[in-house]
Amino acid sequence: MRRLLVIIASASLVVCNACKPEPSRSTGSRDVAVGAAPTEGTDAPPEDGQWVRPAKDFASTRYSGLAEINTSNVNALRLVASFSTGVLHGHEAAPIVAGSTMYVITPFPNIVYALDLSKPGFPVKWQFNPTPEPAAQGVACCDVVNRGVVFDNGRIFFNTLDNHTIALDAASGKEVWNTKVGDINIGETMTMAPLVVKGKVLVGDSGGEMGVRGWLKALDANSGKVLWTAYHTGPDSEVLIGPAFKPHYSQDQGKDLGVSTWPADMWKIGGGTMWGWISYDPAQDLIYYGSGNPGPWNPEVRPGDNKWTTTMFARKPDTGEAVWAYQISPHDLHDYDGINEQILVDMPWNGTKRKVLIRPERNGYVYVMDRVTGEVLSAEAFGYVNSTNGVDLKTGMLQYNPDKETQVGKVVRDICPAAPGMKDWQPTAYSPKTGMLYIPHQNLCMDEEGVSANYIAGTPYVGMNVKMTAGPGGKRGEFEAWNPQTGKQVWAIKEDLPVWSGTVVTAGDVAFYGTMNGLFKAVDARTGKQLWQFDTGSGIIGQPITFKGPDGHQYVAILSGVGGWSGMIVSAGLDPRDSSAALGFVNAMRDLPAKTKMGGKLFVFAL
Amino acid sequence: MSRVRALAVVLMLLASCEREDRRLDSREFTTRYATWSDSSKGPYDHNAHGTTEGQMLFEQMNCSGCHANGGGGMGPALMDDKWIYGSNPNEIFTSIASGRPNGMPAWKSRLNNEQIWRLVAYVRSLSGLTPKGDRPSREDHMMVKPSPYQTPKAKPVIVRSTFTPAGR
Repeated sequence: MRRLLVIIASASLVVCNACKPEPSRSTGSRDVAVGAAPTEGTDAPPEDGQWVRPAKDFASTRYSGLAEINTSNVNALRLVASFSTGVLHGHEAAPIVAGSTMYVITPFPNIVYALDLSKPGFPVKWQFNPTPEPAAQGVACCDVVNRGVVFDNGRIFFNTLDNHTIALDAASGKEVWNTKVGDINIGETMTMAPLVVKGKVLVGDSGGEMGVRGWLKALDANSGKVLWTAYHTGPDSEVLIGPAFKPHYSQDQGKDLGVSTWPADMWKIGGGTMWGWISYDPAQDLIYYGSGNPGPWNPEVRPGDNKWTTTMFARKPDTGEAVWAYQISPHDLHDYDGINEQILVDMPWNGTKRKVLIRPERNGYVYVMDRVTGEVLSAEAFGYVNSTNGVDLKTGMLQYNPDKETQVGKVVRDICPAAPGMKDWQPTAYSPKTGMLYIPHQNLCMDEEGVSANYIAGTPYVGMNVKMTAGPGGKRGEFEAWNPQTGKQVWAIKEDLPVWSGTVVTAGDVAFYGTMNGLFKAVDARTGKQLWQFDTGSGIIGQPITFKGPDGHQYVAILSGVGGWSGMIVSAGLDPRDSSAALGFVNAMRDLPAKTKMGGKLFVFAL
Repeated sequence: MSRVRALAVVLMLLASCEREDRRLDSREFTTRYATWSDSSKGPYDHNAHGTTEGQMLFEQMNCSGCHANGGGGMGPALMDDKWIYGSNPNEIFTSIASGRPNGMPAWKSRLNNEQIWRLVAYVRSLSGLTPKGDRPSREDHMMVKPSPYQTPKAKPVIVRSTFTPAGR
């Protein structure tokens, strides 16, 4: 019966136009079109065999049409190449493949390597050292990670921890331009992978724990010149809210809400950063993304909705103008950043075909939203949530549970999900073949106690003592298949440790993900049955990809190297006796040093 | 009965002797100088009041934002035995006053020498390098670690920073 539902659901789901990759413009790439197009009534684009951006396509499906590796043969997958990055911090990046070259970026100091896939052993073609300022490490909240480079039009674009956006010539590795867009002295860093849309490089900042004022900027891909900046707090003129702005819900309508929903001037240090994922719909010509948590975490000192933190935005890429916005968690209480990925699909909803975006949100709900209007169509919990009681679909309001409101001088226990949310940055994949989302996430709760927060530029601005614990059942992670149409889980694999890696799903009906004790796993996308695993030696928090090599065969690649917020106890050598270390994450990860060690290595597999 | 009382009073006085070894001359000294002659203990190591004030500053100046309650986070752990720039009072003073290249800010423009010496005492207390009797028996906030009073004395070792940039 479940299987039947899946088939019905998948048959009715159609991948949107946005999923179509733009024509390949890679230098000297061979024709890598493949015959194994997705089936079951979808009109997914032809697969080009490349992986030019971390999310694979503009719709952020992280779906590959390659099917040489499938459920029947994946158990024969073997290691064909490995490469040490020389860095021992959390490796969150996705390797990028354009033509016959793979591009890998390390965590700080953000070295970029180009590996030649056409030669045995994939030797290094070139290496670029941006030499970021070492002091940047002191203002990076959650390990010194980087989430990937992006390839566009013969160039590689990436961000450094010390706030430089850099363009390299993909063939030679020579720097084309280098633009400084942020300042570590006020706590800004950059960890996100840019998205390039219509010749514009879209980048945002990190630092929601440092009292920064979050923004998204568009840089000219040719010159590196900043074309526009959209702040996520402050007056409409700086948030780029103008006549085109038509938010769906009344609480998001009004003038200068980015000022009036804060105590005087606190919007200037109010957070709302953007260190996650952006999607683009060419048909609507809109980009979609969400902003991060308000600062400080202690909510008592910032009465009001604190707009436009934890807010979904739809913007025009040419001007940055906002078309709609929806505040996911008004007056956020628990650090539920809204920077997660959104997957753009077209699907029938109550008999009408809707253009939707699907977001497995940090606050614990999978949001299905009309991406034209910003209306929330459904929001169903994908794990145990007690900090809120769902979303009122009439008003769009998140229903807070008053029992879990934090206070200064009072310890509130068992708040679920914990500060990293039901799901942090680690991106979901969507298969148009099965119609399912594949969501890597954690299962954590926390105790919180509000404390005073003092703003000192370039230092943390948090005001909260946090102590995280495993959620119900005691397993700290889960890899879950989710049907967005029914709003229900299809299957789930419980993992001992948080699943902090990304995922990829293929036309061969195989989904890949990694665990924090270093296992790289392949599972059957329809049943969740584990088909293969490989021990990489260090915890995996990177994003797997799959591509077609110059030899015509399918490969799978992943970076291993534990770290990130969840793995800092290992990568930064934190002391497990202090439960509040790493903003409280250490309490839930005391056993990690016994289960994995630092690493920094690329692994590539094939049949 | 009065003998018991007298004994109790004497014991209390003795206890406070151990707890409060205030060097009344140190205040004048430390506000003027940024070095301390004794490399084995700092000017406030034996001063419960100074150590507690150091703890207050540790929160107020957001030290706890990076180093948590000693376990670390954005900054290294301070309650363990590993020291990147040294554990003696002068070395810790320099780390706080002048900062360190991998992210530690310089505080000398915001704190005077006396305040920094108090922070030095609190930082040393986190790994048990100050006398047990001069450390508080409990925290003011949510219990996140064993009582400071119970912290065992660590044997400091110098390590290469886990924050040192690789590949440069």
